[in-house]
Amino acid sequence: MSVLNPPRSAQPRSARGPAGAGGNFSAWANRHRKWLFAAPAMIFVGVLIVFPLAWTLYLSLTDSQGSVRAATEFIGLQNYLTVLTDTDRFWPAVGRTLSFTGLALAFEVVLGMGIALLLWRPFRGEKWVRVAILLPLVATPVAVGMMWRLIFDPNIGFVNQLLGMVGIPPQPWLSGQDTALGTTIFMDVWQWTPMVVLILLAGLTSLSDEPDEAARVDGANAFQRFFYITLPLMMPTVIVAILLRGIDALKTFDILYATKGKGGGSFHEVETLNVYAYGLSFDYNQYGLSSAVLILFFMIIIGSMWLLTMRKKAASK
Amino acid sequence: MTVLNENTPSTAAGNRPARRRKPLASRAYKVFRVVALIVVVLFLLAPLFWMLLASLKTNVDIYDTAKAFLFPPTFENYANVLQRNNYFVFIFNSFWVAFVSTVLSIILGVPAAYAMSRFTMHRSALVVLMARVIPGVSLLVPWYYVFSNLRMVGKFEVLILSHMFVALPLIVYIMMSYFDSLPLELEESAEVDGLTPIGAFRLITLPLAVSGIATAGILSFIFSWNNFMFALVLSGAKTKTLPVAIFDFVSYASIDWGGLMAAATVVTIPIMIIALFTQKYIVSGLTAGATKG
Repeated sequence: MSVLNPPRSAQPRSARGPAGAGGNFSAWANRHRKWLFAAPAMIFVGVLIVFPLAWTLYLSLTDSQGSVRAATEFIGLQNYLTVLTDTDRFWPAVGRTLSFTGLALAFEVVLGMGIALLLWRPFRGEKWVRVAILLPLVATPVAVGMMWRLIFDPNIGFVNQLLGMVGIPPQPWLSGQDTALGTTIFMDVWQWTPMVVLILLAGLTSLSDEPDEAARVDGANAFQRFFYITLPLMMPTVIVAILLRGIDALKTFDILYATKGKGGGSFHEVETLNVYAYGLSFDYNQYGLSSAVLILFFMIIIGSMWLLTMRKKAASK
Repeated sequence: MTVLNENTPSTAAGNRPARRRKPLASRAYKVFRVVALIVVVLFLLAPLFWMLLASLKTNVDIYDTAKAFLFPPTFENYANVLQRNNYFVFIFNSFWVAFVSTVLSIILGVPAAYAMSRFTMHRSALVVLMARVIPGVSLLVPWYYVFSNLRMVGKFEVLILSHMFVALPLIVYIMMSYFDSLPLELEESAEVDGLTPIGAFRLITLPLAVSGIATAGILSFIFSWNNFMFALVLSGAKTKTLPVAIFDFVSYASIDWGGLMAAATVVTIPIMIIALFTQKYIVSGLTAGATKG
């Protein structure tokens, strides 16, 4: 590499352009490489995502139902009115979505931070712990759902056997109206805490040792150092972890559908917005209504993301 | 430091390095850490182990709590699942859909990520990354409408397209942060030496980005392999993937637990083996961009 690196503007690109190896096309391609590279992916995304989203918006204003080919009528905001006044299915689903996401995130971040701190400094056998952390993360969610179905089975499940040994009566877990949602939160925590651990560990490793050392020299104990030094420095990473995990947690579908089936169980005990919208679309063919639910759901996701990004900007300052 | 330690003859200046050499963790903390890590590992691995055990039991033994850990192992569940239920077809389908959607997404996504990184196309990047946020159901209805009109529901093409919806944004996201970390100077000096910008990308940047592409590709393969919702709606009898095949297992009146756990093991084992061998890549992909300011 030459030491005398000319500034970017002085590159001899224009001088050798047309005369270059591929002739005119090559010169044209090089000049327009920005869009040449980006366009295929952008068009793909546009066709596959922007167009369906616009369609969902349109469908939410019609009475489309039954068959996707059936004629539809424009009914304005009627679907939104129906959905927003629906205290039977919609609002409980909003509540379940938020409590599922909120509780799962809370456990995952606290546990994830704890585990990341345990893993922070090198130790013997680190490799094995890292493998254990990776496995839940890559396991197929549907298979994980089936696995927990057996473990939490009220009659033959291992959890109730274990509780029986210490004299606690068997619990209904997934089949209980009040316990089902909590059990699915537990499943989510099992599978996705490792994800939070990995993100936070990457953050911890990139921290400089000096503030921690300085506090140690000044006599701060481990708790003080964590709460006054490490945690504030880690805040942006924690928010990234919440952001990445939160988006997926809001959209959780696989384990809920795999463990409780259509409608989130017979009492809709685990019916979140995603499960509700899926059911409206593909179990009951209420396309107009489900589109309205989806648009509202989408707004909830964007809204919470926006709040978190603002929070992150504040924390980075 | 102003207070001199009376017990040591060293000066205040000599005291600091001595303090630093003190072991970082106390003995009590070390013991606590070992115990806590064992609990964590047990918590994470025990359920998977239980699934594996159950897949090796007969259905009678699964109901027998006395045979929780000691039982005559049998491979009958696996034989049933693999032969009678045609799981080899589902395994192939899952593999094919994941493989093709990953390769196509790399071809589309890597140049796009490069352009977005080098020309700081933030708004374009945002459009692609939106795909990570949108609930999948809102795409399924229009897709289903279009593809059923084209009589294409149940074909591999449709399934692959839908999985690319997950794969492409993932690859763009990971590769963007990877290209951001590659120094510009290499390309610049290559251009000075006579390469065109595209030539510099092809001959200099791309070879350097191989490990980034591997990271993105492995993750995209795993996500596609695990994908359930798209295949649930868009796959047909001939293109059914493993997660849907497992889900179909329980729609019968009573659950064949042994078979179900064997099926669940069959779907998770390949992906776990891949993960074990590519651990480094998976971790760097999952944490890509997470520690940027």
